Amino acid sequence: MGRITLEQVTKSFGEVDVIRPLDLSIEDGEFVVFVGPSGCGKSTLLRLIAGLEDVSSGRIEIDGQDATELPPAKRGLAMVFQSYALYPHMSVRKNIAFPLRMAKMDKAEQDRKVEQAAAVLNLGDYLDRRPGQLSGGQRQRVAIGRAIVREPAAFLFDEPLSNLDAALRVGMRLEISELHKRLTTTMVYVTHDQVEAMTMADKIVVLRAGNIEQVGSPLDLYRRPLNEFVAGFIGSPKMNLLKGAEAAKDNAATIGIRPEHIGISSDGGEWAGKVGVSEHLGSDTFFHVHCDGMAEPITVRSGGEVDFHRGDQVYLTPDPAQLHRFDDKGLRIE
Amino acid sequence: MARAVSNREKTVTTIVAWTLGILMFFPILWIAILSLKTEVDAIRGPIEVLTSGWTTESYGAVQARSDYFKHFTNSVVIALGSTLLGLLIAVPAAWAMAFVPAKRTKNVLMWMLSTKMLPPVGVLIPIYLIFRDTGLLDTRTGLVIVLMLINLPIIIWMLYTYFREIPGEILEAARMDGASLRKEVLYVLTPMAVPGIASTVLLNVILAWNEAFWTLNLTASKAAPLTAFIASYSSPEGLFYAKLSAASVMAIAPILIIGWFSQKQLVRGLTFGAVK
Repeated sequence: MGRITLEQVTKSFGEVDVIRPLDLSIEDGEFVVFVGPSGCGKSTLLRLIAGLEDVSSGRIEIDGQDATELPPAKRGLAMVFQSYALYPHMSVRKNIAFPLRMAKMDKAEQDRKVEQAAAVLNLGDYLDRRPGQLSGGQRQRVAIGRAIVREPAAFLFDEPLSNLDAALRVGMRLEISELHKRLTTTMVYVTHDQVEAMTMADKIVVLRAGNIEQVGSPLDLYRRPLNEFVAGFIGSPKMNLLKGAEAAKDNAATIGIRPEHIGISSDGGEWAGKVGVSEHLGSDTFFHVHCDGMAEPITVRSGGEVDFHRGDQVYLTPDPAQLHRFDDKGLRIE
Repeated sequence: MARAVSNREKTVTTIVAWTLGILMFFPILWIAILSLKTEVDAIRGPIEVLTSGWTTESYGAVQARSDYFKHFTNSVVIALGSTLLGLLIAVPAAWAMAFVPAKRTKNVLMWMLSTKMLPPVGVLIPIYLIFRDTGLLDTRTGLVIVLMLINLPIIIWMLYTYFREIPGEILEAARMDGASLRKEVLYVLTPMAVPGIASTVLLNVILAWNEAFWTLNLTASKAAPLTAFIASYSSPEGLFYAKLSAASVMAIAPILIIGWFSQKQLVRGLTFGAVK
């Protein structure tokens, strides 16, 4: 079981409020991702749940029990750190067995569990090596192995993939997702990478400056961002946000339209402009179009075969059904 | 890119380094030479000293006159005792300052270091009186305590520097894994800091072994270590150079040998954190 509830939790470091009063509930078995720009408090929030930092006020419940004052070891949670935080002086086997040894489990049982975890994570051949002799991906697996053996109520991941190279990151992302499917244990995952958030999460929590901006499923956030910040943060490339005359036509302070919801053609359309930089990804092409009377270039996503060049005259047509409107406070207008 | 060093530059630096090395080591070499001469030869000019005959009679005389082994044992007990006692206090102190620093931790560290800037003689009288009244004069216990206190700032500073290099996340991982504070220090911090602790121990054993001011002033005979053993051969009259030299060689030999075999560890300890 791993149900985690935060009630009016705050955290300040001296004068600085890192977490503003915040409520959140994480259901048993859920994969929850905290996402936000750096400094938004997402890692601090995770560390509050872990017990590595004390809350300034508020209450944390784990499985219905008040855990606010419990030390990390007593919370039944396991954590995977960004730096892996393996014990460099111990073999992989001893690293994985460490939490079991701390729990005074008997030796035979420890060995059995370590072997089991090693099999799941393909670490069988490396059990007698030291962390220093492993690659980044293998170290990450050892860190996950050390978390698995404890059979925790929930796993906490603090940007676990940010030290890996791009290819490995995609692979580990899948592995962690599969692990979640197999173990069905609650996972709380912190990242600044919205792609990781979108692909892995059951539920995304978008944070900014210690506040929760929106909580919802990845597609919820993509389709119905509650404010301009979430609209701009979720989705890649970023949503185009237009202010001024264009927005006024739709009775809004700001309108947002995603690059994939804009048609581009050379014959005619709603907005006229000239092509600036184009980024060719093969499958897709992103055009940055400078439209007449607009301050910022508009990003348009189109197929890889569409071919415009710098300086070409083009016309853009946004899909009216996919237009997002925001008021002068940045909140969504339905 | 490595900086190009010409052969000439290399030769010059080599000569300078060797000259400095020999200059610094020369007094010890000269003591070793004098210890192998007769008293009469030992006070003659340098040329005569080098050309005169060799003998080990001074070593025999020193052995016959005083109990080397007693002084040696005292030195070992005092040097090891003060270092280990210092470690017991310094490990928790350095842990606290490195991993849960407060606003004024830096000031505390500077204050500790500042105690090393006081001339020891400034506190000789009060300490002497305290020792006299508590019966610690001329006892190993007394010397262990006083040398521990003298070297404690250095032990704490060295350990602090080492501990600072250990990533806090690893200790947090141990905490998450269910380790109590005691187990965290015992199974994770200490093993990771072993190289640092080893060089700290080594340096402090050497400092305590060579400490002469307190060992000479606070002992008479019972607890007198090797420094007192050397000093006992210096006298206002008569010939004593050869015997004094022999005593000196016997006193510094053990620590010289330890230092020689552990020089890598020592250099690493003294320059830790400077280079990665």
